[in-house]
Amino acid sequence: MSAFSAIGEDREIERDEFTPGIEPQATWCPGCGDFGVLKALKQAMPEVGRNPDEIALFTGIGCSGKLNSYFNSYGFHTIHGRSLPVARAAKLANPDVEVIAAGGDGDGYGIGGNHLIHTARENHDMTYIVFNNEIFGLTKGQTSPTSPKGHKSKTQPHGSAKSPIRPLSQSLNAGATYIARTAAVNPNQAKEIIAEAIEHDGFAHIDFLTQCPTWNKDAKHYVPYTDIQQSDDYDFDVSNRQEAAEMMFETENKLYEGEVLTGRYYVEDERPSYGEEKRQIGEMPDDPLAERYFDEDAEWERTYDNLLEHHK
Amino acid sequence: MTDNELIWRIAGGSGDGIDSTSQNFAKALMRSGLHVFTHRHYPSRIRGGHTFVEVRAKDEPVQSRGDGYNFLLALGDSFARNPQDEAYYGKEELKPLYENFDDLREGGVLVYDEGLLDDEDVAEIGLEEAAEENGWHLVPMDLRGIAKEHGREIMRNTAGIGATAAILDIGTEEFETLIEENMSGDMLEANLNVLQDAYEAASELDVDHDIEVPESSHDEEQVILSGSNAISYGALDEGCRFISGYPMTPWTDVFTIMSQHLPEFGGISEQVEDEIAAAALALGASHMGVKSMSGSSGGGFALMSEPLGLAEMTETPIVLVEAMRAGPSTGMPTKPEQADLEHVLYTSQGDSARVVFAPANIRECYTQTRAAFRIAYEYQIPAIVVYDQKIQGELRNLPASHFDEEPNADPGSVLTEAEIEEAAHHASGKFKRFQHDPEDGSNVSPRSVPGQKDGRYLATGNEHNEEGHISEDPENRIAQMERRLQKLDDIRADLDENADHQTYYGPEDADYGILVWGSQQDTVFEAVDRLNENGHSVKALGVSDMAPYPVEQVSEWLDSVDEALVVEMNATAQFRGLTQKEIGKYGDKLSSLLKYNGNPFEPAEIVDGFETSINGEDLAASNMKYLPAAGD
Repeated sequence: MSAFSAIGEDREIERDEFTPGIEPQATWCPGCGDFGVLKALKQAMPEVGRNPDEIALFTGIGCSGKLNSYFNSYGFHTIHGRSLPVARAAKLANPDVEVIAAGGDGDGYGIGGNHLIHTARENHDMTYIVFNNEIFGLTKGQTSPTSPKGHKSKTQPHGSAKSPIRPLSQSLNAGATYIARTAAVNPNQAKEIIAEAIEHDGFAHIDFLTQCPTWNKDAKHYVPYTDIQQSDDYDFDVSNRQEAAEMMFETENKLYEGEVLTGRYYVEDERPSYGEEKRQIGEMPDDPLAERYFDEDAEWERTYDNLLEHHK
Repeated sequence: MTDNELIWRIAGGSGDGIDSTSQNFAKALMRSGLHVFTHRHYPSRIRGGHTFVEVRAKDEPVQSRGDGYNFLLALGDSFARNPQDEAYYGKEELKPLYENFDDLREGGVLVYDEGLLDDEDVAEIGLEEAAEENGWHLVPMDLRGIAKEHGREIMRNTAGIGATAAILDIGTEEFETLIEENMSGDMLEANLNVLQDAYEAASELDVDHDIEVPESSHDEEQVILSGSNAISYGALDEGCRFISGYPMTPWTDVFTIMSQHLPEFGGISEQVEDEIAAAALALGASHMGVKSMSGSSGGGFALMSEPLGLAEMTETPIVLVEAMRAGPSTGMPTKPEQADLEHVLYTSQGDSARVVFAPANIRECYTQTRAAFRIAYEYQIPAIVVYDQKIQGELRNLPASHFDEEPNADPGSVLTEAEIEEAAHHASGKFKRFQHDPEDGSNVSPRSVPGQKDGRYLATGNEHNEEGHISEDPENRIAQMERRLQKLDDIRADLDENADHQTYYGPEDADYGILVWGSQQDTVFEAVDRLNENGHSVKALGVSDMAPYPVEQVSEWLDSVDEALVVEMNATAQFRGLTQKEIGKYGDKLSSLLKYNGNPFEPAEIVDGFETSINGEDLAASNMKYLPAAGD
């Protein structure tokens, strides 16, 4: 029997399998957009077709980090902004496991911004869902990197002088190969995008707009939204980097002007994932590294046999 | 300086091939049957500046760099700054000559490259006068000219080796063999010619000196390597197949060695954006069941504080290497110090628990890195190997058989799927990854890894219940906290039983003791020999387990002496403080000899420091500090 018999199991996967048998205490506020992410994620799972044991979910800190408690899979609730580097190594250590990372806008675009740039740049094969509610939630409503300019909070009482970050453009520039924005108020689109992102072989970044009814009541502009793929007004080729960049730029301006555009912005299927690149240049083994520790026939070399000669 | 030893110093500018030449010289001497030890001194500068390496050779195992030296090969700095800078920097090309005057012993030999250094300049620095005063044998040679004649100017170092071989009458055979092993084609031929020419030129000079190169032969096959090599090989033999890091001196050495060898061992190396990511990646790989490591030096290790705490709370095993250099902040990047001890012991928030080993030499770098992996993975706890810039770069020979050990790929307390099936699960189906009371009473709650059937759990840096869910339940908190902390007691017992890392030295019934940790240990041992020869009654204890601290062993030893001097390379007596804190007494028995000028202790300094401090006199030397006993 393989050390990882859960991997590659051939059967129907049910949405309910991802609900923990006994619900942990709910700590998201009533009406929180994070419920929408959870729902979309669970709904996407039957389409993805992977069982809970072969999924590893890495979260950061904040309300988004509680996702692990409500989603029944292997979980790692890491530290603020650091879910991506932990997740990256997990994928390299066992590429057969499906790796999903999630975080908030403060977590992913603020404290973890550097990690996002490098994870996108390297095009690791994983999905990153950012719960973007334009506010710090769990620390009680401070201005976040996606809060609009002029946003007033207890830490920026005069209104923020900073322009919000442009997460989609940033990921595109860094090298992500699947970039989309969706919203909790649009469950069907959200489900489709999550399923696509997970199946995508490369770094998929989903900016997931979520409402924060407790700290960010102003963010009503998430409704109504327009799906750019379904609108005749926005005709562009999602595989064309130039066109995608222009669309993203336009969208990221409009995000704070009432109309919210969502959908897929960039999908590139040609570029190999980072693990594949590493394998090609001989920097990564063909078989999952994690398997070897369970393989009784694995041969473990001694440095004495290999390296000492050089020092004699 | 003791008789019958050679301490050969090669000096030049960074980039002049000082390091590689010294490595070859040391290896050649080792092959000829001698025991060798190298000491490396270099500035934080890529090209130029004053850099030197000493090679000490004896007919018995060498414990330290020794005191001073008796042969200088001054190549001059070929990367000196341009003449316009002279007013500020002085004549830099001369530095490798005059900056080495202080420690060259009476009757020593001084070979310098008059091809590079201007005679008038040399006259200005008072070389002739200094030579007369100290009985030095001056050997000006046109090494650059010889090099240029057969190849390129950079081969000045090969010419220097040829000259050294002739003056010391040790022949060129071993050097030729080494050159042949490392080069081919025109380069090989040119270097052999330069070597031979310089040898012949120097043979004609007939330098009349008293240096006797000892003769010896090893009774078993030797290897020569650095502490960084030994740490890397220990990790590889322990089944480490993942490393992540960010370059920082002197940690870069281990990172580089591992990165070069991991692919051939089927492993993965990742250079990442910062040290937070580096430690986080090591955690991610370990979470998946792969034995992994990361590391840094002081400032980079500071960034790892947060992932280190996460490893403790989630009980994810990792090994971190901390290669100390002089601080605070970026400090002196290429100079050794032992001032990060408290940093590695206490960094990260909360009542955190980690294991810290401080290997004292290259031999221990290998064995204790292996111990660090074994303990980390068996007990699911981060283990730190702390060493310093001194051991990182120094080369020493030891029997090859020291590394003739079987690999240990066992990832410790990871369950197989069959075992998970039998293990305790919560009613929700979640695996009880963090059981309060593990069945075998070991405080180690075995783990599953993602991909295993029915092993699902949540790893979180928040306090959590048995299946990993975040919990602030007071009773659960106590149970988890106790279990995590009690692992340290179990580890202490394990180490006492299986890996006694403390090293006792000198006569058991001695009146005085010297307590030491890390890289200064073997220098202290050499000083202890000299002190006993001088009529003192001294023994030493080298402590390598920093956490959990070997309270019983050190207490017993301290009980047996009247007083003890704690020798360490920092300004605030950190190890002495740790010892007093852990044992809770002996504050009136422990005094300190401290050095923090960027250079490690020499044995003679410890002898001086011991004699003056024990006699109650003030230290004459300004490069050290004596801190008297201060009570508990």
